[in-house]
Amino acid sequence: MTDVTAAERDLVRAHARAERGRRWTAFFLVAPLFVFLIFTFLVPIGDMLRRSFMDGDVASVWPQTVAVTRAWDGSGEAPAALWPALAADIKASAASDTVAVAARRLNYAIDGGRTLVMKAARRLAKIETPPNGDWRAVFADLDETWVAPKTAAAIRRASGPVTDFYLLAALDLRKTDAGAIVTTPEKDRIYRTVLWRTFSVSGMVTLFALLIGYPYAYLMTRSSKRVAGVMTVFVLLPFWTSLLVRTAAWIVLLQEHGILNDLLMRIGLIDHPLRLIFNRVGVVVAMTHVLLPFMVLPLAAVMKGIRPETVRAARSLGATPMTAFRRIYFPQTLPGVAAGALLVFISAIGYYITPALVGGADDQMLSWFIAFFVNDTINWGLAAALGVVLLACTTVLSVVYAKIATGRRFA
Amino acid sequence: MSQSTMPLTPLERLSGWALAGFAALTAIFLIAPILAILPLGFSDGEFLVYPIRHFSMKWMEAFFASEKWAVAVKNSFFIGALSAAIATVLGTMAAVGLARHDFFGKKLITGLVLSPLVVPIVIYAVGLYFFFAPLGLTQTYTGIVLAHAALGSPFVVVTVGASLAGFDHNLMRAAASLGAPPMLAFRRVMLPLVLPGVVTGALFAFAASFDEVVTVLFLAAPDQRTIPREMFSGLRESLSPIIAAASIVMMATAIVLLIAVELLKRRAERMRNEA
Repeated sequence: MTDVTAAERDLVRAHARAERGRRWTAFFLVAPLFVFLIFTFLVPIGDMLRRSFMDGDVASVWPQTVAVTRAWDGSGEAPAALWPALAADIKASAASDTVAVAARRLNYAIDGGRTLVMKAARRLAKIETPPNGDWRAVFADLDETWVAPKTAAAIRRASGPVTDFYLLAALDLRKTDAGAIVTTPEKDRIYRTVLWRTFSVSGMVTLFALLIGYPYAYLMTRSSKRVAGVMTVFVLLPFWTSLLVRTAAWIVLLQEHGILNDLLMRIGLIDHPLRLIFNRVGVVVAMTHVLLPFMVLPLAAVMKGIRPETVRAARSLGATPMTAFRRIYFPQTLPGVAAGALLVFISAIGYYITPALVGGADDQMLSWFIAFFVNDTINWGLAAALGVVLLACTTVLSVVYAKIATGRRFA
Repeated sequence: MSQSTMPLTPLERLSGWALAGFAALTAIFLIAPILAILPLGFSDGEFLVYPIRHFSMKWMEAFFASEKWAVAVKNSFFIGALSAAIATVLGTMAAVGLARHDFFGKKLITGLVLSPLVVPIVIYAVGLYFFFAPLGLTQTYTGIVLAHAALGSPFVVVTVGASLAGFDHNLMRAAASLGAPPMLAFRRVMLPLVLPGVVTGALFAFAASFDEVVTVLFLAAPDQRTIPREMFSGLRESLSPIIAAASIVMMATAIVLLIAVELLKRRAERMRNEA
């Protein structure tokens, strides 16, 4: 490289320029989709997850109260300025019909918080000026709970602008009045059960899909072209069939007077219908059916690349069929097993429609609770916090999947 | 076909049969439910149950005569086609850009572009519901089409990317050296070769939209409901055979899509072998 001529240098420079130009072209080709997805995908999801730690409800309707509580360190007696501020805010928010926003938020922080606030809103409307100018006495007269030290502390914790309340609640944790993080009492625990259920249903579905899909994929890759073609159609047809059609189909098959119960009763195996749907059985069966193609297709792709000679060589060296399978064939299929299992599991933990339609009340998974808190109880903070938990699980598993998938491409 | 010369032991033969039997049962498990629901579309009963006492076209006629379902069919195809078109244009451009050149943040961008495939749909639907509300996009076709285009775009990126994997980029250089401007070179050289991938991606994107129900659940006004959305309500409220009639329409579409994709796959394979 010592005796580079000027012409060569120009060539190198021209090449670098062209290369840069192509890079920019590539970038501008990707940019439209990238920008599109930022606004229609990334930002909406970010906007939802933000609600898991944002806490502006009380602050938005009770500005004076929040100004007082944010200036207070939370120890000892509540500052005297709290009571007139609280009274003014409650009256103003009751007049503008926004008091319910604060009532809902305080209901999470104080036992019976909603009733407490709504009652105060009704009573305070009638009081212009308190006797002796003492608002604290008025609140004490309304309900002793108001003047208990932990109530003021709870209002302070709900004053925002950020909170760890929802994220902790999504894991059945909460903060004590002293600020320590403790587990919710056993009888009030919900979300750990839901999380465990989400994982156990998804795990079962993954396991069944593997147990059913592995032999099927194996036979698919080892059969004659025609048989393999037919077997592929049997996988692809459900794959292309609408999720709703397949879920409806399982209701037809498994319901009380459905085909399966009819068949089992006719051949005399049972004498009254089994409960096969609107419970865990229905959810696992229907989800396994829906997700089975996601197991079979990656498995078959990997199995197609395995040379049958490797197994034959092992057999000719004296290995039993079982040993040849266990030591030679199965290890070669592991990338397919991992890819299929992760794909099924990742899809399963986010499932909503199938459990909602064929499951019972005790079979609903994380997604159902997210939708429930958005639509029915309007607890957006908790919905977002559960979303954070679900998305965190999905992201970790997807990164593992991407590592396996790219590892295979370069191997 | 090379066959093992070793004679099979009885145990091996037995396990071979067991395997075939198991695979047959699996095939039944895969296909039977779908076949089971379709005949109920021709039942004259009031519920989604067997036995069918008399066959009749009552529910098929009811399906096509009902304004609710006619609107749903129209919505499904309209939203599917429009969102697939957006996803195909944006996805194809992105796949061409990602195919060859390394640039700053490529890995991150690839991750983002593919992320709609794995993000749980409820999280996305709720996010859109919050984000679109102040923009006035909830209860609009625009909102649903944008959502479905986002969900369909990764399919296009993946299928076009796959068909570009076998593309010889020297062809583009050759075209450029012969004086073809980039757009002309793309249209005349690259596009014909990756077209099966582009069309396959478009069909996948259409299918993704056609089957999607959760974002529609959160975003659609009553007159913007799609077929799966009406099926969802139908399955929760009354299990009427009209669901089976809707299933027949969905199945017919799915089979057309499946056949189209398989034909394109063959065509792409043939082209690769000729090249």
